[in-house]
Amino acid sequence: MSDAYLQLDKLTLAYGDTVAVKDLDLSITRGELVALLGPSGCGKTTTMRAIAGLLNPASGRINLDGADITRVSANKRAVGLVFQSYALFPHLTVYENVAFGLRLKGLRGDDLDGKVNAGIKSVGLAKFAGRKPGELSGGQQQRVALARSMVMEPKVLLLDEPLSNLDARLRLEMRAELQRVQKETGVTMIFVTHDQAEALALADRIIVMLNGGIEQIGTPEDIYNKPVSSFVADFVGFENVFALKDGKLATPGGAVALSTVAPDGAAGLAWRPRAVILGSGPFQGTVRGTSFAGNSREYLLDSSLGPIKAEVDAALPQHELGSSIAFDLPVAASASLKRFG
Amino acid sequence: MSIRLLSPVVLFLLLVFLIGPFLIIIAASLSAGDTLAFPPQGLSLRWVAKVFTIDSFRDSFAMSMFLAVFGTLAALILGIPAAYALARYRLPGSETVRTVVSLPIIVPGIIVGLALLRYLVVPFGFNITLALFFAHTALVLPYAVRVVSASLGNLRSDIEEAAVLLGSSRLGAFFRVVMPNIRGGILAAFILGFVTSFNQVPVSLFLSGPGVRTLPIDMLGYMETTYDPSIAALSALLAFLSIGIVFLAERFLGFSRYV
Repeated sequence: MSDAYLQLDKLTLAYGDTVAVKDLDLSITRGELVALLGPSGCGKTTTMRAIAGLLNPASGRINLDGADITRVSANKRAVGLVFQSYALFPHLTVYENVAFGLRLKGLRGDDLDGKVNAGIKSVGLAKFAGRKPGELSGGQQQRVALARSMVMEPKVLLLDEPLSNLDARLRLEMRAELQRVQKETGVTMIFVTHDQAEALALADRIIVMLNGGIEQIGTPEDIYNKPVSSFVADFVGFENVFALKDGKLATPGGAVALSTVAPDGAAGLAWRPRAVILGSGPFQGTVRGTSFAGNSREYLLDSSLGPIKAEVDAALPQHELGSSIAFDLPVAASASLKRFG
Repeated sequence: MSIRLLSPVVLFLLLVFLIGPFLIIIAASLSAGDTLAFPPQGLSLRWVAKVFTIDSFRDSFAMSMFLAVFGTLAALILGIPAAYALARYRLPGSETVRTVVSLPIIVPGIIVGLALLRYLVVPFGFNITLALFFAHTALVLPYAVRVVSASLGNLRSDIEEAAVLLGSSRLGAFFRVVMPNIRGGILAAFILGFVTSFNQVPVSLFLSGPGVRTLPIDMLGYMETTYDPSIAALSALLAFLSIGIVFLAERFLGFSRYV
């Protein structure tokens, strides 16, 4: 991408002899809201720390806003980071926490006061300016951490698992808050998460990481509907994932021919439970488990293809445990995977 | 007897054991008689007054204060960075360092004193005051490292990274966000070190010479020649000094949280 604002170029990151991220290439546009999504140990947090300057790359380069910042120390990068634990200074009030970086920039008097108050007000904590972090709830602490980073007007704001420590209600609030901040300031935001729902809901673009590399980059719709690999498919809720061999499904019970021809070049096919058709089709399964989920009912089937997860309208008649039913895996409703395993 | 009945009795005996000697000293120091005795013969403050007239006590008190204050400060200057390094970094041999730093607590003071005398003072003609200063610094160091370590253990390390990302240098982050948060621990370490150094006998015993003595050694010497209640009066005064310091520390710092 030519309009890259933040660019990682063949970035390799290591802790001692352990390589955490290998040859990572990544371009992020100005003003984007990007999610780094992946299971723990995939290198997403390491990548974030390297962007912040808290970890020196073993090799590769980092460019930000037209300058090579690979060797620029963390305190001169203009990169903000909202820590998962918030990392507020416990001995300072909310006001002083937010003022910390501005004071180091040399701001004093009215300039300082104006910016700090505006920052605190923007996250709705004007009433709490005199409190210490220990006297605030988790959600409030996080907003202080957000304000503390945002008053510095960072070129990039990094957020480490911004929603994972919050309860469901606060999560929605914080999600809205982050979207508002991003819209109002246009700051480039990168957040790290292991929760696909969080990434899908918040990000403009999702970067799925696995084993220190990028597995897939795409819009939330792309990632959700068109996973490129069995790993991404599994991660975003395709629970029936099969490898393809010579146009047939590779199953524990042997190769199984499909009713229609599989797309060219596919290494595997994946179906969401919703895509499985129950009641008709070439395959037979035995109901091993069933659970009611409000609008729908989920079934776990034992079949010659291995275990199959299906989800159908709850209004349809229920299949008894142990009963045998026909089912189909329609190729048209599958995601075709470029990589398997 | 049930535990419920027994425990107050045990508690009472324990208190008698701990506080009893102290009460006896106070009583003896208020005696009007000429020799150290309990129960006291009559009541008077003349021995308490006499303490302040003995020159050697004044000199050795000054020496003890000097050693306790500066020995502890030196131990903190060495101990705070050591505790910080042990708490924040996984270093090769950090367990060994931890053990070595604790040695002065484990090795009997008498051996430390003898070793310093035999290998520093005698062969090199080392200044006695300086030798005492080094000895006290070494003795206090374990407390400094331990108490400050405990304090650092309760402090998240990511606040330093947060400070750095807000524009502070690494060293600046230490002074701006680490030090203010371990201040209580440092003060606790100072008080503990001060009391340890002030009450130190075995090490000082070997290193004291004519003109250079710490107060406890001077008191020991005084008792060998003069058996009057002034020694009890001085002990009581010192005990009140310690109690006062610890009381203030507890009151304003919650000292017991750190020790």
